[in-house]
Amino acid sequence: MSAIVDVAYKEFRDGFRNRWMLAITCLFAVLALGIAYFGAVTAGRIGFTSFDATVASLTTLTALVIPLIGLLIAYDTIVGERDSGTLLLMLSYPLSRVELVAGKFLGHSAVLAVATIAGIGVAVALIQIMTPSARTAAAWVDIVRFVASASLLGASFVGMACVISICSRDKSRATGLALLTWFVAVLLFDLLLLAVLVVSGGNATERAVYPYLLLLNPVDVFRLVNLVGLGRGAGNDVFMAMTADHAYQPAILYGAIIAWATGPFVLALAIFRKQEV
Amino acid sequence: MQNTIEITDICKHYGPTFALNGVSAMVPQGKVVGLLGHNGAGKSTLIKLALGLIAPTAGRISILGQEPSAAAHELRKRVGYLPENIAFYGNLTGIEVIRYLETLKKAPKGEGTRLLERVGLGAAVSRRVGTYSKGMRQRLGLAQALLGSPELLLLDEPTTGLDPIATRDFYTIMHELSSTGKTVVICSHLLSELEPHLDRAIILGEGKLLAQGSMRELREMVGLPATVVVRLAKGSDGFLHEHWMSGLPVRLRPGATDVVEVDIPLDRKMDLLRRLIEMQDVEDIDIKQPTLARLYELVGTSKMPGEGS
Repeated sequence: MSAIVDVAYKEFRDGFRNRWMLAITCLFAVLALGIAYFGAVTAGRIGFTSFDATVASLTTLTALVIPLIGLLIAYDTIVGERDSGTLLLMLSYPLSRVELVAGKFLGHSAVLAVATIAGIGVAVALIQIMTPSARTAAAWVDIVRFVASASLLGASFVGMACVISICSRDKSRATGLALLTWFVAVLLFDLLLLAVLVVSGGNATERAVYPYLLLLNPVDVFRLVNLVGLGRGAGNDVFMAMTADHAYQPAILYGAIIAWATGPFVLALAIFRKQEV
Repeated sequence: MQNTIEITDICKHYGPTFALNGVSAMVPQGKVVGLLGHNGAGKSTLIKLALGLIAPTAGRISILGQEPSAAAHELRKRVGYLPENIAFYGNLTGIEVIRYLETLKKAPKGEGTRLLERVGLGAAVSRRVGTYSKGMRQRLGLAQALLGSPELLLLDEPTTGLDPIATRDFYTIMHELSSTGKTVVICSHLLSELEPHLDRAIILGEGKLLAQGSMRELREMVGLPATVVVRLAKGSDGFLHEHWMSGLPVRLRPGATDVVEVDIPLDRKMDLLRRLIEMQDVEDIDIKQPTLARLYELVGTSKMPGEGS
């Protein structure tokens, strides 16, 4: 167990040192503040307005950015060590393969989570200071839900990056696979579902099944957790077309995002345990 | 004497390809042993089996009296390993790398720092490993292999990139270790450099054991001759040919008129030397033992004398 902590701490410190954490923190702070301040610009206003609208816009942007960062910080976590010769060394040390991958997964996920919390935290603090109307219990619930689900979304993509890293022969393949994964999860998946829906005309069965198909993509689960369950508009037509008339059980959504946060990691462990070195 | 490594009829195959096929060998405690072979001979597979990174298809391997496996954490603390061409973490400093590895190896705190001094990296501990030369990375690799005072060291091409002084220092450390009962296994292609430092060698070829034994046993086994180089006094060119050395393969050294070389079986070497010493025309005598490279060449490419056709 202590080996997991040692490996995780090293990865966390690397993330801190490589300025990933600083970059992500700043990105979130700027995004959150920018959206909060300029979010109503199309309505002819600037300045802090609706907190709900801020969370909605932030969710849409986060759903694009977090998967990419999760994949980028972790895609070379195993294949990089294989390239530099340290993987064999690590495996000759008194720590198991599970400990090695778990430590890496936790370390990278922690970088993402801490950066998200810090970035959003700075923005939220400023919004709270400047708009007294945002100081409600409901707003805090939204913030906690957002930060927690963003961290879980990050963990999901760090887990996928671990799978990619374990299965790739070299770094360039891992980079390609990471970008492909991002493209499919963030862009292609929804478009494909929508295309099928449009072509078929959307009969009753499809309308019943489609909302559940969205649970097959962690990015959509993240959006659902933060938007649909709350009755907010997403600013994303594709997404809304498929979820407009469905009420999700919160337990299903929370269960789905936790499953997505842990599933890829468990898969990575299973593959790595059986892999020949 | 106890054996640190015992390998019995070990086989490892990947699909239809045999990486190792029925190899039996042993490494006695407190010896410096060379693991030799061409690329694809099975050296790396053998090291991975010894580390418990892969499981044998058949046969048995025992390290320090235990079977190596991924779960044998206690055994792994007693084994030090240096992989070939290791680059480490370029973004960390030398001291950060060794402290991280020290923690993972559960070695005493501060041991890593002492080992960096011992391998001559004391002045570079605060530099990023990414700026290290290949030789410096090898030294760092050696330092980490020594973490936790392991009883067995498995070193893959350990002197690659080291300058002559560092190479000498490396072998000094190896001899110190073996004199305190530690066992050292070195995989290397640098045969001439390795030779004076080995107690024994295991030679692999195409997944099979070609030869093993002490250096003397190996030389005798293949019947390689020693070469005696004789420098003659001026004016006595070629006299050895005409007299008592007839029948031996004597040749003039190319480009020289006063130096002759003669290949002589090891069991007749002393007799020849006695006779040469008595001769007045002989100014100097030098003896070249059959080299490991020659030995390796012979057992690596053809069948051993005495082996069935």
